[in-house]
Amino acid sequence: MNPYLVLSLLLFLVGTTGFIVKKNVLAMFLCVELMLNAANLAFVAFARDLGQLQGQIFVFLVMVVAAAEAAVGLAIMIVLYRRRQTLNPDDADTMKG
Amino acid sequence: MMTELLWLLPLVPLAGAAATGLLGRRLPKRAVTLVAVGASGAAFVLALAAFMELLSLAPGDRRIEREFFTWIAAGDFTAQASLLLDPLSAVMTLVVTGVGFIIHIYSIGYMRAEDGYYRFFAYMNLFLFSMLLLVLAGNFLLMFVGWEGVGLCSYLLIGYDFHRPAAADAGKKAFVVNRIGDVGFILGVLLVFLTFGDLGFGRVFGKIASDPSRFPPEAGVGVLTSIALLLFVGATGKSAQIPLHVWLPDAMEGPTPVSALIHAATMVTAGVYMVVRCAPLFSRAPVALDVVLVVGLATALMAATIGLAQTDIKRVLAYSTVSQLGFMFMAAGAGAFSAGIFHLMTHAFFKALLFLGAGSVIHALSGEQDLRRMGGLRRRIPVTFWTMLVAALAISGIFPLAGFFSKDEILWAAWAGGHPTVWILGLLTAGLTALYMFRLIYLAFFGEPRHAEGVHPHESPRSMTGPLVALAILSAAGGFIGLPAWLGANRFARFLEPSLSLVHRGAVPHFSHALEFAFAALSVAVALAGIFAAHRIYLARPGGAGRIAARWGAIHRLLRDRYRVDEFYDRAVVRPLLGLSERTLWQRVDVGVIDRAVNGAGASILSLGGILRGMQNGLIRSYAAWILAGMAAVLLYLSLLRS
Repeated sequence: MNPYLVLSLLLFLVGTTGFIVKKNVLAMFLCVELMLNAANLAFVAFARDLGQLQGQIFVFLVMVVAAAEAAVGLAIMIVLYRRRQTLNPDDADTMKG
Repeated sequence: MMTELLWLLPLVPLAGAAATGLLGRRLPKRAVTLVAVGASGAAFVLALAAFMELLSLAPGDRRIEREFFTWIAAGDFTAQASLLLDPLSAVMTLVVTGVGFIIHIYSIGYMRAEDGYYRFFAYMNLFLFSMLLLVLAGNFLLMFVGWEGVGLCSYLLIGYDFHRPAAADAGKKAFVVNRIGDVGFILGVLLVFLTFGDLGFGRVFGKIASDPSRFPPEAGVGVLTSIALLLFVGATGKSAQIPLHVWLPDAMEGPTPVSALIHAATMVTAGVYMVVRCAPLFSRAPVALDVVLVVGLATALMAATIGLAQTDIKRVLAYSTVSQLGFMFMAAGAGAFSAGIFHLMTHAFFKALLFLGAGSVIHALSGEQDLRRMGGLRRRIPVTFWTMLVAALAISGIFPLAGFFSKDEILWAAWAGGHPTVWILGLLTAGLTALYMFRLIYLAFFGEPRHAEGVHPHESPRSMTGPLVALAILSAAGGFIGLPAWLGANRFARFLEPSLSLVHRGAVPHFSHALEFAFAALSVAVALAGIFAAHRIYLARPGGAGRIAARWGAIHRLLRDRYRVDEFYDRAVVRPLLGLSERTLWQRVDVGVIDRAVNGAGASILSLGGILRGMQNGLIRSYAAWILAGMAAVLLYLSLLRS
């Protein structure tokens, strides 16, 4: 087994567990980034193993998406805090703002 | 030219109905009258033009069928919107529009003070449309549309005074009883389609006539007989024959012009018309013809006896109508189809006249309908009296009025067709006809006035007496177009001949004209005897009727109660059906099975939803856990699939 893939799996599991366990939106957001980067690592590892470029290109794509997501996500977090004075997602379980 | 515009004939009354029905509430009465009566008059003119054009053709070419568009096309089933003008439908069209026009004029005066004046005329025009569609239809299905249309108009017009429970109930009864007959009719039509693969009159009857090996005259009950019997079930409903005659007397709850037009002159004769239209079929089904003959005879006799004991002037006339319709079916059953149509036509004249006269009497007595509270009206309302007398003589069969020729032809056909029993009972019925008719005349117009204090009999307005006189002339002279053989040639039968050319005819025995004349003299003698008896019982000896009623108490009560057929149906059909509906079908089947199944289905969906709803809690982290679990399950599944 490729050690890079093992690392990727571990990173992903850490991210997922964190996402489910943490009660702070900012921490959960960091966990999402962790999962994305776990995926990136897996892409790069596969690309190198198979000698192809697609995986590396995908990594760029994911990084761009992650950057965009960070912008939107941080904005949502600010709005959430302004409205509710909290960053705990369990307190924001209604459909109406 | 006119035959190209044949579609105008039914559509003109339809346009009148639409105009008066949709806009009539906002229009002045005068405009409603103008549109409605104008539409019926225009229809009459068009019918006359079509008839003239038909006359100008050679007898063999007098069959014009126009297909306007394909009405239904589904697989190998097609039905055309086609109209058929031939001598038979031309006669019917003239009767319907002619009598219809006259009665429309009469209604102007009769309905003047009624609420919903425009509604009445809208229904009347709609009726004319439906009836013309029925008569002119070129196939069974279009005929059925007209058939149902006239039934609807009948229902609407019987229940015209819908705030009176009796009228509303009578309308419902007419509708329901007619539905029973209609089931037979539509089954017959379906069987026609199954057998011939077609519904056009011309093609179906052509197939029957051109293929004698496949459709021979049937000795027993074959497919033709089955079709004929099913169609006849429809005819018994529409034309009030036993066992479905019970609705017509109740239909007298409608306004009198309606009784005259729909429940005497035109709609109720639709059954006779249908049987004659299907004459090529019936004539090859002797069993069905015998059924028609027996039902017609039984109805004629039964209704005539009931008519003797009724006290409501309109009910007497209603039973008289039922009885005369029985005569028409007797004619058809004896194979004398043209005689049946002839009687249909003359009957339309004198029975419409009798009803309009009765309406005039009721009008004169401010709504009184009971014969026991009439009397002595002869001098007070002379026009009504004289015209009704003409009609009464005509229906009794006194030479040379219209009824004599048509009824005598039917009785002769029964004898010549080898049914002497039918002839004797028919003759008896003819005598009874004269008896109950002149009972009405003597009770209403002769003797001492018996009407309530404060009622001042007055002659009706000109718009009502005019139609009476017109119909009286027709009743007196209408018979001459069908003179019997011993007085010259029967032009009516000869005119109808092209419509009946496909009829199967057995060997006709030949009788001398002297014998025919003797029979005619005999039927006049019987009618005179009936009139004489009526004179003795109801006029010459005061109290004579009461003594007879007392002496034959049981029979009198049976006749007065109309043989208690309604009561029998109530006990044998209505109440068991109600019990079955209420206790079994409603409380057990509907509540216990259907409702429970439906509610159960709803409840189980609801509880399943309750379980799934638990997942939608709005907590992002639990959604993430579900996603993780789902993904793990998919991966597990895929890896298991691999190995």
